[in-house]
Amino acid sequence: MDDNAARPTQAFRIETASRASRAAAAAACIVLLVLVLLPLVAGRNLVQDLIFLFYMLALAQCWNLLAGYAGLISVGQQAFVGLGGYLLFALTLLGGVNPLLAIPIAGVVSALFAFPTALIVFRLRGAYFAIGSWVVAEVYRLVFAQFKPLGGGTGTSLTPAVTSSVPGIESIKALLDLRTPAARDIVSYWVALALMTATLGFVYLVLRSRRGLALGAIRDHEAAASGLGVDVYRIKLAVYVATAAVTGMIGALIYLQKARISPDAAFSVLDWTAYVIFIVVIGGIGTMEGPVIGAIIFYLMQRYLADFGAWYLILLGTLAILIMLFAPKGLWGLLSERYDVTLFSTRRRLVVDGKNGRA
Amino acid sequence: MLLEVAGLKKSFGSIIVADDLDLHVAAGEAVGIIGPNGAGKTTLFNMIAGGLSPGAGHIRFDGRDLAGVPPQGRCRSGIGRTHQIPQPFEKLTVFENLLVGAVYGRRTSEREAVQSCGEILERLGLLRRANALAGSLTLLERKRLEMARALATAPRVLLLDEIAGGLTEGECSELVATIREIRRTGVAILWIEHVVHALLAVIDRLVVLNFGRKIAEGAPREVMQLPEVHQIYIGIEA
Ligand SMILES: Nc1ncnc2c1ncn2[C@@H]1O[C@H](COP(=O)(O)OP(=O)(O)OP(=O)(O)O)[C@@H](O)[C@H]1O
Ligand SMILES: [Mg+2]
Repeated sequence: MDDNAARPTQAFRIETASRASRAAAAAACIVLLVLVLLPLVAGRNLVQDLIFLFYMLALAQCWNLLAGYAGLISVGQQAFVGLGGYLLFALTLLGGVNPLLAIPIAGVVSALFAFPTALIVFRLRGAYFAIGSWVVAEVYRLVFAQFKPLGGGTGTSLTPAVTSSVPGIESIKALLDLRTPAARDIVSYWVALALMTATLGFVYLVLRSRRGLALGAIRDHEAAASGLGVDVYRIKLAVYVATAAVTGMIGALIYLQKARISPDAAFSVLDWTAYVIFIVVIGGIGTMEGPVIGAIIFYLMQRYLADFGAWYLILLGTLAILIMLFAPKGLWGLLSERYDVTLFSTRRRLVVDGKNGRA
Repeated sequence: MLLEVAGLKKSFGSIIVADDLDLHVAAGEAVGIIGPNGAGKTTLFNMIAGGLSPGAGHIRFDGRDLAGVPPQGRCRSGIGRTHQIPQPFEKLTVFENLLVGAVYGRRTSEREAVQSCGEILERLGLLRRANALAGSLTLLERKRLEMARALATAPRVLLLDEIAGGLTEGECSELVATIREIRRTGVAILWIEHVVHALLAVIDRLVVLNFGRKIAEGAPREVMQLPEVHQIYIGIEA
């Protein structure tokens, strides 16, 4: 021990964002600006592809917060994607609500549904929690398949009146000299971009807050966290409900863009959970950067390899297994170990201020 | 009485780890626990800290029965502990490990907690490692982190589980000095230790456990002279 209690005490200070992370924030702002302006020049295919990338990234951030931090390995997040999608359809088709307003409402209602759902699945631990969350999602699917006003088991489509009622479409049509479907995509693109950015911002703020400190502790050692005063159950519940709200909003957006919904697609475990887990695992679980990298890789693979059909899925599975075996911290884990970089810094550094006592 | 254990019983299948156990620690007192491997010492700590519920009996802290109080509630009311096998938050830094204890165990803000966390790290010789990931610490540093983290919660009783094993003579006497100083600040100590001479340098009273039963209790040096204690300890303490 080189420090000695007899010495006069020093003054300490906490320091958060480092210079590197400030540079990363500046870079993020530039990337964001480019992305905002992109649809003015990009083709419709790219715009649609990026919408897909944005919502997969947002879903992955949510799942990472759930599984990577709170230790809630849910394979039932499709429950909230589907719920959000169906709420959008119900609100717009049956309730006459404007689609852009329906998205936040879908978020609130998803949170309300998440609460009782949590009371059930939180009684289960580990693998049983995973299975339980899946079963609950299946129940959601079966219930919506019974709902005749929205097409029952076969599903239904949004009417053109609804899809073109999204604010801004007319002005974009006039401004960029586009037809309605292309203008609709651009508005969806901006909404998706906004939702993804907001999700990233939300997750980042949570991790920077005192809750984030507890989540890091829960991620690393749950029993030790509760022994130090952390109310693990309450924080898990809060994370579950909050991610359900965001997931519900993303679901609403996804199905606003698709304009057609069916129970099998909306509550698909493959599309809304398996792919999302793939993204988080290959990118790196328990970090914010991981899902970003994972989503970009997943998008590129989907873009260039999806034509190979079954082989594409086999390749995805193989890649995920290889990464789990040889790089369990994911690609971001490999990178950050080698180069010691962070994009979203949540570190709290202890800085010694006073010079009294020590050289 | 600050901490009071009465008629505590616990068994794992056919192994009895607590057999009608009574124990008490007064405010500011330092009590030592010795006993052979598997005597139920760590299990006793687990029951006091709330990770494990007893089969029968009572645990009272500051006059309040702790039955049904979860671990986080016990921590906040003033029970701090270390783990025999360190359980650091590996992907947090050493300082952040302490912050968790301070912010949640003491219910302060991060900003208010900084100064005391820094001072604890300084006192335990971990200041140099404050911003290192806890996962990168050596076993010795991990044990110090266990103590630092428990102290960050501002406990009124500190449960120490085998923290002196594997230390050199010099390190051991520093540890003894540190624990004495913690005591001086009014924190009661309940300390499980196989390194008896370190224990004897600090404690007021010694309790001996075997097969979940208290077989002796009293003034440390007198208890160590008892034949039944001697028998158990042949070969453990040279
Ligand atoms: N969760 C558990 N489930 C089943 N058996 C357990 C459990 N925890 C402890 N035991 C058993 O209870 C007995 C007492 O364990 P405990 O850890 O309390 O011993 P100890 O006195 O701390 O020993 P040591 O000096 O080796 O640390 C041991 O035989 C152990 O194997
Ligand atoms: Mg033990």
